Amino acid sequence: MATWASDVTGSLIRVEHVWRYYGAACALSDVSFEVGRGEVLGFLGPNGAGKSTTMNILTGNLAPARGRVWIAGVDLLDEPRRAKRALGYLPEHPPLYRELTVDEYLRYCGRLHGLRGDALRRALDLAKQRCGLTAAGQRLIGNLSKGYQQRVGLAQALLHEPPVLILDEPAVGLDPLQMREMRALIRELGRERAVILSSHVLPEVQAACDRVLIIHQGRIMLSDSVQGLAQRMHASSLRVAFRNAPPPEALSALAGVQRAERVDEQAFRIYFAPPHSPADAIMARAAEQGWGLIELTPERVTLEEVFMHITREESAP
Amino acid sequence: MNVLIIAARELRSLFLSPLAWTVLAVVQFILAWLFLIQLDQFAALQPQLAAQPGAPGLTDLVVAPLFASAATVLLLVAPLLTMRAMSEERRQNTLTLLFSMPLSMTEIVLGKYLGLLALFGVMLTMIVLMPLSLLLGATLDFGQLAAGVLGLVLLMASYAAVGLYVSTLTHHPGVAAVGSFGILLLLSLLDWRGAGGLFGYLSLSRHYEALLKGVFDSSDVIYYLLLTVVFLTLAVRRLDGERLHR
Repeated sequence: MATWASDVTGSLIRVEHVWRYYGAACALSDVSFEVGRGEVLGFLGPNGAGKSTTMNILTGNLAPARGRVWIAGVDLLDEPRRAKRALGYLPEHPPLYRELTVDEYLRYCGRLHGLRGDALRRALDLAKQRCGLTAAGQRLIGNLSKGYQQRVGLAQALLHEPPVLILDEPAVGLDPLQMREMRALIRELGRERAVILSSHVLPEVQAACDRVLIIHQGRIMLSDSVQGLAQRMHASSLRVAFRNAPPPEALSALAGVQRAERVDEQAFRIYFAPPHSPADAIMARAAEQGWGLIELTPERVTLEEVFMHITREESAP
Repeated sequence: MNVLIIAARELRSLFLSPLAWTVLAVVQFILAWLFLIQLDQFAALQPQLAAQPGAPGLTDLVVAPLFASAATVLLLVAPLLTMRAMSEERRQNTLTLLFSMPLSMTEIVLGKYLGLLALFGVMLTMIVLMPLSLLLGATLDFGQLAAGVLGLVLLMASYAAVGLYVSTLTHHPGVAAVGSFGILLLLSLLDWRGAGGLFGYLSLSRHYEALLKGVFDSSDVIYYLLLTVVFLTLAVRRLDGERLHR
């Protein structure tokens, strides 16, 4: 991987050459990256890739075997207390006291972050308003739905207005509408903070992040902007369906088509060499021959395919 | 300050669960029953005792046995009160919350510990109210009573420390309860059948008995304080070790 610039004046999160082992297994090897103010970094990887380990190290829940971490310019290992003041963390499973009400819980978190009196009340109101919890203050956390519990976890993370926010799989368990709200909120929060967001769902990262870090087997495989990632992921297949399906040979004969594969009675999968999509040619021919085109979709490349693609690139000499 | 915030939350959570209330009620009921039996016996014996000079008094015959029974009952219920202290934080994933807050491990452990002590304090108050109620019609040996109360306080403090430590070791409250019960029982039985020497000295019960007799020996007090500090330190170290590589 590219080595990162060591000049860090602008970065709120800086991770340098971090290693971590579980027993003999190497969970993270030589992970380095930084995140600046106003940036939302998407942390992408399959389950078990090392996302949560990295986040636990960033939040002081795990100590790295080697390497250093700075949060808002403070060394996390030397001055954990000062570094953690700048930190808001939503772990994968929201850390909630089920027997408390939302207000009690948030007040507890705020006090531990040193908020008192008026400041605490204002922070509480703002966090609840941002996370859509204004009406839920008196409810018991244990009685809330999963989506609401996730919101309470998020409210806890941003209660004390930390410059650094670390969110581990924040959209898990949310319905599509809540997911959209969450993305919008993260976007808004990312404007004046450094945000790290982990996910194993590619569209989520594409929707909410500026930059993407792909981690696989404890290594950073790719660090790129979201646009850059999208370019790497040009679809190389189309799904088409016709009312009067032609024989596959008629499709493979078209310019730009590498192979046509029948999916069912009406549908085909068409492979091509990106970026030369044969969509135009298919449309024109379908209209000419009266095939009755009813579907034409570029197929989404799955995250697994991206990983495989990137890992192949990595191992290539 | 952070310690007090954590302690207050701990105490609140303890009283939000029915467990603490049930334990308090059961302990109170059993000890009140034993207290009344002792009192009854004392009333029956009183004419003979009054005739003897230097005979044991009310404090010896009623209060000391009550506190001795309290120690046994506490041995059984203390693990139930402490079992959830850390294992629950672990299960609810709130330990992660505490770890990522600007707190030290010592603050976390002391906060939890103070919360537990406050609950034991409630129990202590309710136990001590029973002998104090005798003041309505009798006098007590306040020196001996104070020594007994001190013994009970120290005993509770060490039970809570042991329970808190064991509860840092596991996710399962049940395992924590059995573990701390085992340790406490073993520590109490070390001087079983009059075993002397080092083991006898390490026994939890021997130092308590001395205090119940009204004998105040600073080495007994130091024994309990040391036991408490050792287990609290172990708990801090255990939490610290969690971050390091295994």
